[in-house]
Amino acid sequence: MPGYSLIDAPWWHLAFVILAGALPTHIWRWLGVAFGTRLDEDSETMRWVRAVATALVAAVVARLVLYPQGMLAEVPALLRLVALLGGFAAYLTLGRKVIVGVLVGEALLLAAMLWTLP
Amino acid sequence: MPVPPASAGRWFLRGARGVVSVPTAILLAAMVGFAGLARESGISMELAAVMTALIWALPSQVVLVGAIAAGASMGATILAITLCSVRLLPMVVALLPTLRGENTPRWQLYGLSTFVAVTAWVVAMAELPKLPREARVPWFAGFALALVVLNTLMTIIAYALIGGLPDMLAAALFFLTPLYFTCSLWGAARANLERFAFVAGFALLPAMHALDPTLDLVFAGIIGGTATWGFDRLRRRRGGL
Repeated sequence: MPGYSLIDAPWWHLAFVILAGALPTHIWRWLGVAFGTRLDEDSETMRWVRAVATALVAAVVARLVLYPQGMLAEVPALLRLVALLGGFAAYLTLGRKVIVGVLVGEALLLAAMLWTLP
Repeated sequence: MPVPPASAGRWFLRGARGVVSVPTAILLAAMVGFAGLARESGISMELAAVMTALIWALPSQVVLVGAIAAGASMGATILAITLCSVRLLPMVVALLPTLRGENTPRWQLYGLSTFVAVTAWVVAMAELPKLPREARVPWFAGFALALVVLNTLMTIIAYALIGGLPDMLAAALFFLTPLYFTCSLWGAARANLERFAFVAGFALLPAMHALDPTLDLVFAGIIGGTATWGFDRLRRRRGGL
């Protein structure tokens, strides 16, 4: 049963964003204040939490690149992957600046688009 | 040291001016990608703006839009968002000792923690130590509020304009989000644990997507993260690297 279209009304869409989007995000920020210094960042639980959270965001990246919506879907998947990895490689090797990774990745994507699209 | 009442307001304004920075510019550009994604997924402009203003974490926003587009259930959506935003907890814990003054009331910390996300955190961790203690809470409040307002406006403007953009430019803007996530999360990683987890989550996604496109993120996150944590633990026990 899709959650968003459960009730087809603007008030429900807003409620869905708050209940399924905002609260599950804010809860961690508030817990951070509540537990504060009592949390040991290197405990096994916190290590597991960090690993799962990072893996999930990496999966978000993979989904955006491998199963995109809109115009990006017109570019072959392999070229999208090469553009992402190229940007990341530039980030790693050229001083670890986010702006460098973003610009190189974008330049590779533009080159791929000019090459493949009419 | 006693603080004259006028100076908190001045630090607040200084913080607001602090949004003029490279990390902010990259985030704003990534927000354009988010607006495009929301539009392509059939989400209204109002709702896209509300997401930026109320959720204030780009990964959560992108996951939420994906869940709506895929027709995911309420439970699956909450699970995916809860898991992807859990990294905000250690970020808040790490920021608090730098942010709080001697007598900062708890409600202010709860309020300010609501604005902690990757960009605000990176800037705050770099800038706050340069400021006197009593200036930090008002500075961060000004900075965080200005950042949220600016990005909400950006979501609206980008949503309205992106339909008229050339296809190639729109595609390039979509691509900003994955590039931004990859570089900024790699930079925020504290140890190899997170770096291996990143590779594992990325590599697992295609198989999980074939299995179930509404739960793919949750599966890839839990399996990839748990496996990485397990190997890391084994390696530490053996006294390796």
